[in-house]
Amino acid sequence: MNPAKRMNGGPAIQINDLSFGYPGQSDLFSGFNLVIDAGKRFGLFGPNGAGKTTLMGLMTGLLVSSGGGIRLLGKEIKKHKSSVNFLFGFVPQDFSFYHELSPVENLSFFGAWSGLSSAVIRKRTGELLDVLGLYAVRDKKVKDFSGGMKRRVNLAIGVIHQPPLLFLDEPTVGVDVQTRHAIIQYLKQLNADGTTLIYTSHQLSEAEDLCDRIALIDQGRIIVHGDPDHLLSEHRQDGLEGLFLHLTGKNYRDQSV
Amino acid sequence: MYRLWATIQKDVRVLSRDKLGLTFLFLMPLLLVLIVTSIQNNTFELINKNKVPLLVCNRDTGASSLQFIRALDTVGLFTVRQVPADQDDQSVRDRLQKKDAFLAVVVPADFSAQMAIRTKSLSGKALNSFGLGDSTGGGARDAAASTNEGLPITLYYHPILQETFRRSAQGAIYSALQLVESRQLLRTLYFSINEKELPDTLENELMTRRAKINEMPVSRNGDRSTPNASQHNVPAWTIFSMFFVVVSLGSGIVREKLNGSFIRLKTLPTNYFVAILSKQVTYLAVTMVQAALIFAVGVWIFPLLGLPKLNLPADWAALIFLSLLCGWCAVSYAICIGVFAQTEEQANGFGALSIVILAAIGGLMVPDFAMPGNFQTVMKLSPLHWCLSAYYGLFLEGGKLKDVWSNVLSLFLVIAGLQGITLWGLKRKNLI
Repeated sequence: MNPAKRMNGGPAIQINDLSFGYPGQSDLFSGFNLVIDAGKRFGLFGPNGAGKTTLMGLMTGLLVSSGGGIRLLGKEIKKHKSSVNFLFGFVPQDFSFYHELSPVENLSFFGAWSGLSSAVIRKRTGELLDVLGLYAVRDKKVKDFSGGMKRRVNLAIGVIHQPPLLFLDEPTVGVDVQTRHAIIQYLKQLNADGTTLIYTSHQLSEAEDLCDRIALIDQGRIIVHGDPDHLLSEHRQDGLEGLFLHLTGKNYRDQSV
Repeated sequence: MYRLWATIQKDVRVLSRDKLGLTFLFLMPLLLVLIVTSIQNNTFELINKNKVPLLVCNRDTGASSLQFIRALDTVGLFTVRQVPADQDDQSVRDRLQKKDAFLAVVVPADFSAQMAIRTKSLSGKALNSFGLGDSTGGGARDAAASTNEGLPITLYYHPILQETFRRSAQGAIYSALQLVESRQLLRTLYFSINEKELPDTLENELMTRRAKINEMPVSRNGDRSTPNASQHNVPAWTIFSMFFVVVSLGSGIVREKLNGSFIRLKTLPTNYFVAILSKQVTYLAVTMVQAALIFAVGVWIFPLLGLPKLNLPADWAALIFLSLLCGWCAVSYAICIGVFAQTEEQANGFGALSIVILAAIGGLMVPDFAMPGNFQTVMKLSPLHWCLSAYYGLFLEGGKLKDVWSNVLSLFLVIAGLQGITLWGLKRKNLI
């Protein structure tokens, strides 16, 4: 049985009264609240510097909040750091693997670090390489792969342990249409199998296809939150890009460092 | 345990595919040991085996100068090469500048005459003090002043010669001079007392029967062989090579911290300490292979290249244990650098430079006894010093593990300190 299915139902993520600020800066998040239901394909959007990556860092435990709390599938991440890490997978925007190794070797290593046995790793590696079209190059060094193939390796590592929650930070950036299509279809399949997806991207057309819930955040606050179709009709926009510009403006946001 | 094993496999795979890194880890140390030992072997042979060429310009025609030259020849330090007596001092200096030799002695034309006057005067003084009266005549009184002056031998030396060596050469020349003078003095005294020549047999007996010096090298195992360049250099540069894993390991940790894989590792349900532990095991194995390779080259390849063979210590268990300890110390240092460095450039630059400095103050480049007083304390701060002292206990002194226990204890303390600092750094950076 897919472990992700066991976790379906109820809130997947509860963020209560969250506070966080980088050293020497004012708080980016203050009294921030968000609930993401299990089984959803949740899109988190916002301009550069809005706090998307920071929020994802807080939800995955990479960053530690100064106040409030985050629960993943009912477990407070500050209190259950080690056990919470079994509950989610993370697909960072950067290629987060060893380029000198093959896909099989990368999956073996990250599978072991995800707490899987060697038998399970072998089984899951075969499945993932097959479904993501990497089986033929399973023993080649990843450094020789195309950008699209590397994205698929990045994704495969994030889901090897079949987590009930999957964080995806721009999982399709820099890939061709075919690879994007394949990745989105695979993510939908994962979600259909019970995996809750938390996804950020600047590809809003892709988000329209994938997400069934979205939140638009800016300067550490949620501007809108809800069903994409409902939000588009409420703000009389044809697409998410129009909604995005309508709510966040057309000025550059990343003019300071 | 499976996670650790998987991490070790990963580290070995990553390392084995880094061709440049492998060259740096294994080939460069071998070259280093080979080159340094070859160079130092020349110095060892110069001092221990080869005689130093000595030019002698003898302008004297008397017997004393010939005796003096024969004495120089028998001292054992020089290969005496005579130059024509009509050459002036400038010519002799020119020959030194052309490096025909590094030392030259000019014997003046009145050497034998001066020697005769000096010994007559000395024997006269001696007879007076014995209460036997001065039978050498007024000539001795006239020459009394010369007894307080040295004979006018001139020693030229090339400035490249180190002072210690120059002093050794000077001592040897004095010894030859003393021999001639003593012989002459003995003859004069004998003649003054007995009014006949000193018999050759008695002269030889008096002049050649000296007190013996028993030379005993103080090795722990009673080995009387003199340590050669290989015994000195191979342990020292093996340690240096071990510590140079800082370039590969330190920068590897930084690279892992900076690239995306580290972000993912931090989100996985395994402590980063496993990664650090894996690196310790992997690179400890690397240092062991380095040591085995370098020792093997010392034992089997050096003799083929005309270098002295490395004699491994009799206590193999101690050698393996100490090598493990030195390797662990090197790996601990490299990991410490990797944890604190922010960039690969920092890890490489600081790591490499610090090893050279620690090697210098640790006695790898200059023997510790030759260091200035202040450095005798500073050298104890270098982990390489403790490694070297322990290795020398086995390689040079023929000791066993029990003989180097104080070094072993110090090494454990250094390792514990480095590991402690690393753990503190990992916690401070929220990595474990």
